[in-house]
Amino acid sequence: MREIKTLADLKKKQEEMRSRIKLRDNAENPESLVQVKVAMATCGIASGAKEVMEYFVDELDKRSIRAIVTQTGCMGYCYAEPTVEITLPGQDPIVFGYVTVKKAGDIIEHYIKEGELVDGIIPQNYNTIKS
Amino acid sequence: MSKYKMHILVCAGTGCSSSESNLVCEILIDEVERKGLGGDVQIIRTGCFGFCEKGPIVKVLPDNTFYTNVKPADAKEIVDEHIIKGRKVYRLLYTDPESGEHLPDSKHMGFYQKQIRVALRNCGTIDPENIDEAIARDAYQALGKVITEMGPDVAINEIKSSGLRGRGGAGFPTGLKWEIARKNDADQKYVVCNADEGDPGAFMDRSILEGDPHSIIEAMAICGYCIGASKGLVYIRAEYPLAVKRLKIAIAQAHEYGLLGDNIFGTDFSFDISLKYGAGAFVCGEETALIHSMEGKRGEPTNKPPFPAQSGYLGKPTNVNNVETFANIPVIILKGAEWFSSIGTEKSKGTKVFALAGKINNVGLIEIPMGITLREIIYEIGGGIKNGKKFKAVQTGGPSGGCLTEKHLDIPIDYESLTASGSMMGSGGMIVLDEDDCMVSVAKFYLEFIVDESCGKCAPCRIGNKRMHETLKRITDGKGTQEDLDKLKNLSYVIKDTSLCGLGQTSPNPVLSTMEHFMDEYNEHVIDKKCRAGQCSNLLYYVISEEECIGCMACLRACPTHAISGEKKEAHVINQEICIKCGACMEKCKFDAITLRSDYPRVSVPIV
Repeated sequence: MREIKTLADLKKKQEEMRSRIKLRDNAENPESLVQVKVAMATCGIASGAKEVMEYFVDELDKRSIRAIVTQTGCMGYCYAEPTVEITLPGQDPIVFGYVTVKKAGDIIEHYIKEGELVDGIIPQNYNTIKS
Repeated sequence: MSKYKMHILVCAGTGCSSSESNLVCEILIDEVERKGLGGDVQIIRTGCFGFCEKGPIVKVLPDNTFYTNVKPADAKEIVDEHIIKGRKVYRLLYTDPESGEHLPDSKHMGFYQKQIRVALRNCGTIDPENIDEAIARDAYQALGKVITEMGPDVAINEIKSSGLRGRGGAGFPTGLKWEIARKNDADQKYVVCNADEGDPGAFMDRSILEGDPHSIIEAMAICGYCIGASKGLVYIRAEYPLAVKRLKIAIAQAHEYGLLGDNIFGTDFSFDISLKYGAGAFVCGEETALIHSMEGKRGEPTNKPPFPAQSGYLGKPTNVNNVETFANIPVIILKGAEWFSSIGTEKSKGTKVFALAGKINNVGLIEIPMGITLREIIYEIGGGIKNGKKFKAVQTGGPSGGCLTEKHLDIPIDYESLTASGSMMGSGGMIVLDEDDCMVSVAKFYLEFIVDESCGKCAPCRIGNKRMHETLKRITDGKGTQEDLDKLKNLSYVIKDTSLCGLGQTSPNPVLSTMEHFMDEYNEHVIDKKCRAGQCSNLLYYVISEEECIGCMACLRACPTHAISGEKKEAHVINQEICIKCGACMEKCKFDAITLRSDYPRVSVPIV
């Protein structure tokens, strides 16, 4: 079976395949992209972090926002799970608490796209030991 | 759209494979399946990341975590900790040799910071056995552009104005080579990819073929279209089984997609590629010898002209390019000659891949823009000399090249400056030598290689190099004379001037260049009978330490040649003229007073 008969076929194939390695392309310069870290420890997963993470992955892709979605360990805010830390390029990370799927939609719509803060920000109340 | 949230890239190049990266990969796959994460985590075997020193390499995306020295036993921990809990496995992270800190991702590693990856663009990113991933990273787009938009003349002009020069060593302008091959009319022409990489320590061609075979297939097809050839041949050594396997898979996949075969992209251009195996002879990297070997004849070079572009494989016009040269072609077509020529120096454009080997911290494969200095390569990318030793020289260009020493550290790396300083670009092997390396032995090593690899067709190379090797052996054995040094130099020039092909003409280079920069070491070997690096075992001496020796006379009694003298309770002395270096004295000494040294106190000792 000869799949690629014209250059247009090749371009189409490339479009199809691009999503396959988009994650790898993005990883080459993470600083320039939106980084979303979902706390996926026991407490987080029990409160639905897995669904939230899936939502972020799908939704950001659907809206063609170039972002890196990763999971991280427990951030310590177990009372506010699921918690999500979002770093916009060149800005300090901000942690959101009680992130349900609906809330995740708000965060994408307002914070990630517009840069407006939404409810549920957990202020940073600790210092990291600098070695 | 794939739903994978994480990608784990495992290096499956020859280097990492030999340290069990395949097992690591299988355990990772098993473990991910067992934890029910098969749909979330994709595990990909990629080509070489270049950081071979610390292989096997495992890279976790999207957070770009760079794990080094991953053993099969570590695979489960990576899945349990990193993949499931999101905690990096710190002990496997790369440690910065200067600060001692763990670096979480490859962006911050000095090794990668100065590199620009053009020829190696897909190595370590895609699965080389999957054409779809290659296509996603622009594979075959350049071929499409050349065939449907540019046409052969425009494409050749693009290559010409990019300034790309042959990466196999001599640096002949690639565009010009193509143009000559295009102008020669014939019913059949051939495109040959020279994958007969023979320099000791060089493995860039292998890594490109293993990590991104489609880039070579595409470039060969482009070349075929431009010069009017419908047949491509890859001359590859059978010692590269993994590269052969991946190339075969890639060719089959390209056929399946219609990117090779008849009527490519719906035009009347047809192109096919087959493999020809070489037995791994160094001389077959020379294009006329290569062509003879492909024809089934002895791998011997012939006089040029006729050049292969006029009469090559089976007497037809043939264009031979090296693997790395081909790997640059698609990028030049897609990004334009201007982009390519913006990298590098005035006469050497683009990047060059080097294989760093020897006494350097980061052994591996690097790709650097032309024009950066040797110092940057060795100290910033290479991470300096192993064990904090002192840099002595770097051997570039393999057996045809020469040595660059400390005073060359700040010259820019390009074709002209390397030649001007007595070495050459070669295919890109860089062997770093430190204070523990004996330069005479290094020259001897390369001569030994040449003696093995000389095809034997012309006398200067066949006999001359043999004599050179014998002379060097005499010198390292401590039997050399002043006359030997003069002979060595004369013979070198004769071989250089009278040999038939490039192999012979360049074979004395290691000797000439070490003699130029390290004449004092040659003199020491010949006059003082001393090897300062302590590499030549015949030039090591058993010496009794005056402080340690208590005068027990045990060694004196053990010495079969009565070379040791000394009174009871006084330090003994070994007469080096009589000593046969049997080591019996050292064995007998209970006080560790006898050591092997590269020099001994030169006082006349009365013979007992």
